[in-house]
Parts: sequence; structure tokens; C-alpha cells
Amino acid sequence: MRDIALVAFAQTDHRRTSDEHSEVEMLMPVLHQVLDRTGLKTADIGFTCSGSSDYLAGRAFSFTLALDGVGAWPPISESHVEMDGAWALYEAWTKLLTGDADTALVYAYGKSSPGSVRDVLTRQLDPYYVAPLWPDSVALAALQAQALIDAGHTDEPALAGVAARSRRDAADNSHAQLRGSIPHGDYLVRPLRTGDCPPIGDGAAAVILAAGDRARELCERPAWIRGTDHRIEAHGLGVRDLTDSPSTRLAAEKAGAFERPVDTAELHAPFTSQEVVLRKALRLDDSVRVNPSGGALAANPIMAAGLIRIGEAAARIHRGESDRALAHATSGPCLQQNLVAVLEGDPR
Amino acid sequence: MSKEPVAVVGIGQTKHVAARRDVSIAGLVREAAQRALDDAELRWADVDAVVIGKAPDFFEGVMMPELYLADALGAVGKPMLRVHTAGSVGGSTALVAANLVAARVHGTVLTLAFEKQSESNAMWGLSLPIPFQQPLLAGAGGFFAPHVRAYMRRSGAPDTVGSLVAYKDRRNALKNPYAHLHEHDITLEKVQASPMLWDPIRYSETCPSSDGACAMILTDRAGAARAPRPPAWMHGGAMRSEPTLFAGKDAVSPQAGKDCAADVYRQAGIADPRRDIDAVEMYVPFSWYEPMWLENLGFAAEGEGWKLTESGVTELDGDLPVNMSGGVLSTNPIGASGMIRFAEAALQVRGQAGEHQVEGARRVLGHAYGGGSQFFSMWLVGSRPPDS
Repeated sequence: MRDIALVAFAQTDHRRTSDEHSEVEMLMPVLHQVLDRTGLKTADIGFTCSGSSDYLAGRAFSFTLALDGVGAWPPISESHVEMDGAWALYEAWTKLLTGDADTALVYAYGKSSPGSVRDVLTRQLDPYYVAPLWPDSVALAALQAQALIDAGHTDEPALAGVAARSRRDAADNSHAQLRGSIPHGDYLVRPLRTGDCPPIGDGAAAVILAAGDRARELCERPAWIRGTDHRIEAHGLGVRDLTDSPSTRLAAEKAGAFERPVDTAELHAPFTSQEVVLRKALRLDDSVRVNPSGGALAANPIMAAGLIRIGEAAARIHRGESDRALAHATSGPCLQQNLVAVLEGDPR
Repeated sequence: MSKEPVAVVGIGQTKHVAARRDVSIAGLVREAAQRALDDAELRWADVDAVVIGKAPDFFEGVMMPELYLADALGAVGKPMLRVHTAGSVGGSTALVAANLVAARVHGTVLTLAFEKQSESNAMWGLSLPIPFQQPLLAGAGGFFAPHVRAYMRRSGAPDTVGSLVAYKDRRNALKNPYAHLHEHDITLEKVQASPMLWDPIRYSETCPSSDGACAMILTDRAGAARAPRPPAWMHGGAMRSEPTLFAGKDAVSPQAGKDCAADVYRQAGIADPRRDIDAVEMYVPFSWYEPMWLENLGFAAEGEGWKLTESGVTELDGDLPVNMSGGVLSTNPIGASGMIRFAEAALQVRGQAGEHQVEGARRVLGHAYGGGSQFFSMWLVGSRPPDS
């Protein structure tokens, strides 16, 4: 299999609102940054893939305008997934594996501020039997949190500890929306308090992938993608064990995550309780640095937050702060769909 | 580096109709997928991954419906990708799935595209305004009619060509049991007498709104060797995109379409498409797009496409049949329309197209486009495996 690495990563400062910018305006600086970091121009890129959602934008085909920001002229080889950008990265990775391209630009963006994201996400649910009841994303996560507490896997003080650690770590992340110590807060939906839930925000991210020697030319210490895989579970919450994440475990196994220990894990856990589930599924112990960026509890721009986890993990390898990192992205209610990537730097 | 050859070993589609009130969205996609599995004589457990596509989520009012459809498509415990590239999505979805096989990430992949337009209102779904952007002007027809008019002016085509295409495609649809429109009493006069909607586009020169799904089973060389029926082999596939609105855009014959076709022909070793390709399933939602795409895809010189149509070359028994299935003009579940083109091309080279089979079709092009003639996806399939 061909060696493919993540060679550059950029993200916006994530904010509660970005009224003054369109999606394209929010995305443009990030595209420029990631290209500047490699010296590449749009015309040098072999394949471009993006992730976003029409439902956040409130209109059909919203991604078509983002293409104008990429500067797709002369015409480019390009695709789009209506998923988190982590899956766009997966599509680009397979494209590079075929040998059809040597470099890929992957970007993702989402503006949650124009609507009520808790309501919007209910539209993901079974449209005949569940969505008409409007169960919102926090309420569903609270069901999962309560199931974990009932099963003895965690308790409210432990969840508060996850929140505090994430926000503390985010103090060093200038892009994060919530930084520094923030009170655990009042109950939003029991047993979850505001501190257990992600901020609602707008943001974008972009990465560049390159194959083999091209990666070495573009980056001093490429973050090699040693494996990546994703798996989905049943949609109905009633047929799933919400205290476990078999899809994460399987994806990690297929990605080779269990072959050797990792030193870093960037987990896309928008709720503190979901970190508990993911740590167990991924067999992460206290020796692993989890979410040094602050994770999704510090900034959760929907559709980009998963790609940001992969970008943050890669950036640690670029900086020499990690040798082998795991990155995770999730989609759907209560961790329904999960992607795992294993990244490594060359030995030092 | 070498890619794994990709074969189509199973094809399934629903009977496309205006409203499938008897099934849910899940029931609709399951039906097409089951037929594709039956065609390949495979079971759900034989599928390694699922790649699903559809046009905007607003058409059914379900955000990221792949989450809800995971169970219906046997995807639980498997990878599932959701592609969305506007009207070209059905083609792009098949290409993303094909890449999984070509890259040797998976051996056998189920790919499916659908639209259940009766769940919502496509006109509404396409007409949500955002500030500082021109509205789509009364649906897709309002957007494309000026480009058709520009083509007519540029090529000098007589204004009868559009109705010839519609008359041909609707007659072809009568031979396709899955086509939505079966107008048994169709005549050229009826097409020409139909109301003018967006001048020069008449009612009978437009596509219907359909409910429907299309599925294919793609597999590697080993999978093809086990297939019970002749596979279709992918000889080339490509996607190209360009911006929607900019001063240099040629809306009549977009550069992205030309580049996409050139890439596919290069991969497939096609030197002269008019001679080397036996038939074409192209994305023609408004009849005039047949002569326009004939030029864009290199089957005719600029300004000459309408002459192929007028002289009968694109008829089912012509020298270069176009839209043997009846095309988008007869069946348009938007998200699935591109995949139906790809699947019909594969049916032809497998010799499985029934009454609308082109005798001796060995190499057939499947074509899709979307957005404001902005996104293109195409593949060329053959009856024999690619060289090397």
C-alpha cells in the first residue's frame, strides 16, 4: 500500500456566531493558510474533497458556492461528502491510494449559528417514527450519559473532571471557542450540565494530503496515515448498547490502532460522557494524552470537528510532540458512526 | 502503480414512479439494493462497504439520511460513505465506490443512489434564498433555458431539434420496464404542441419528478470471476468541477465537461469517441442538452451536435444510440439519475438491457452533470476487462 501523509493543517478561530461572514468567506483564509504552508497552488492539487451539510446552511446545494472559494479554474478533480470532513479525508485517502493523484486538499466547514442546532440535528433521525417527536441531540446524549452512570462506568464528578481537563487544555489552543477554566454549570438535560456539552459554533478546517516522496518534500515531518477505517451502527437507539461503541472498536482494529500503543488521542467526543465510551472502546489508559487541543468540548463546529481531530493529531506529529497518534471522528446520534485514523511520524 | 480492475456484477433499480406511497425511504432503497444483490447472486454479508448518494437532503427533509438508512442497507458494522455532488451525485457515488475497489481497500462494494421526491417538494427545496445570491429562477428550467437559447443561436440549430430528442427518449422509455413515463400514445406532434414552460423548453421536453433508487454491486477481479452473469468492466472514470458563476464560464459547453471526458477517454484508450464508443447514456434533463452534450463530449464538432440528432444517429437503431433507457427525460429521481446512466451503460455492455439493448454494444459511456453545469462525472464501461 502507498504511503500517504497529512502534511499541512489549518483551522479558523471557532466562534459562537459569524454573522459578518458567509461560509465561503469563513473558509477562504483557511484554504490559503493550508496551501501557503506547503507552497502549493490550487492548480497543483490532484484531488479536492470537502464535507459540509445543507441543513446547517438552510439551503440546498450550499457546498457549490464553497467551490468558488477554492478557485476551481481551470476545472479540478473534486468531490463532496455530506458528512464530517473526516470522511472527505477518507475519500481523498482512497483516491491517493489508487495512484490517480499524489496530493489532495480536504476541507470542511459548518455554521451552526444561523439556526437552532439542537432542533436541526433532530432531522437526522428516522423521519417516520422518531424525528416527528423532535428529540434533540442533548437529550439523546443525556440518555447515553445516564446509561453509563447506571452501568457504573462513570459518575457526575468524573464527567466534571473530563470537562475541566478539556477546558484547561484548550487554554493553549488559540482557535478554541471556550478556553480556560469554566464552571461545570447548571443541568441542561440531566445528568448533563452545560460543562458536559459542546459549545455551539461556526468554523472551518483544511488539510493537505500527499503520497510518498511528495509528502517528504512538502513537510519536514509528515504525519503518515498508517491506517484509517470507519464503521456505522444501527440507527435505532433501542437496539444499541449505549454504554459501548463497537463500531469505534472495529474501526480502530481495522486501522491498526491496537498493534502498538499510541501516545496521543484526539477524540471527537462532543459530550463528556462520550469520552468515557470512546476511551473504553479504544483501550486508552492514563498514559495516553487525550484531547490536548481541548477537543470538541472547547470547539465543535459541526461537519468540521472530526476533521479537526485528525488535523490536531497530525499537527502534534509535525511539531514533534507525538510519534504515534490516534484520531477519531463521529457522526449521528450517540456515536452512531465512527472513524479512526492512526498517524505516525518518522522515527527520531 | 497498478489499480485493481473494477467490475459491475449486479444492477438493480426500482420501477420509477411519481410517488411510491407504498414504501418508506428505507423500503425504496432496500428494494433496489436487494435486486442488485440478486443479480449478482450475493448476500448482504458479501458486501464489504456501502456508498450512498442523493441530491440535497431538503428533497426528503431528512438530514444525512445515510444514518437512518444504515439498517435498511445492511451497513451495520460496515463502512458507509455518503456522497453529495448535486445532480452529478449518482455518477460520483459510483466512482467513489469504484475507487474503494480500485485502491484494494474493499473487495465488494454496494453503491446506491435514490430520491423520493414525493416526500417533499423539489421546487421548494431548490428555492430557499440566501442573501446576495441570485435565486434559481423558477427551478432548474429557468436556470438552463437561457443556455439552451445561447446554444441555438451559436449553432444555428433549427428549433425542432429539442422535440425530436424528447420524442425519441419517450419512445425508448416504452421499452424500459423501469422507466417512469410510459406514454404509449406519444407523437412528435404532441411534443411540439405541449405548452411552452421556459422558452424554448416545452413541457414535454422536460424531465418528470420521480421516486426511485438504483444500486450496483462493484467488485474486484476475483469477485468478477465468481459472477453468475457477464460483468461490465470499468475502463475509465473521472470527475471534474468548475465554479458556478464567473466571467470565463462557457455555460453552453463547460470546460469541466470537456476535461472530464478527455480524462475518461485517456484512461480507456479512446482515440475517436464517435468511432470507438458504441452508445451513450447521458444526463439530459431538458431535451436540448442532447445536442449540447454530444459536442461537449467530443462526439460532434462544435455547432454540429444537432445534426447527429436530426439525422437519426442517436435513435435506438442509429449509429450512436443516446439514452436507450429513455433517459432523464423519462425518469428523474434526481439523486439517482446519474447512477441510472452509469448502470444503464453497464447493462448495455453486459447484454442485459432487454428490449432497449443495443446489439453488440461493447463500450458505452455513462454521463452525469449537476449544479449550474458545474459538476461532471463519467465512466466508460466495456464488455471485456481493461488491458494490463
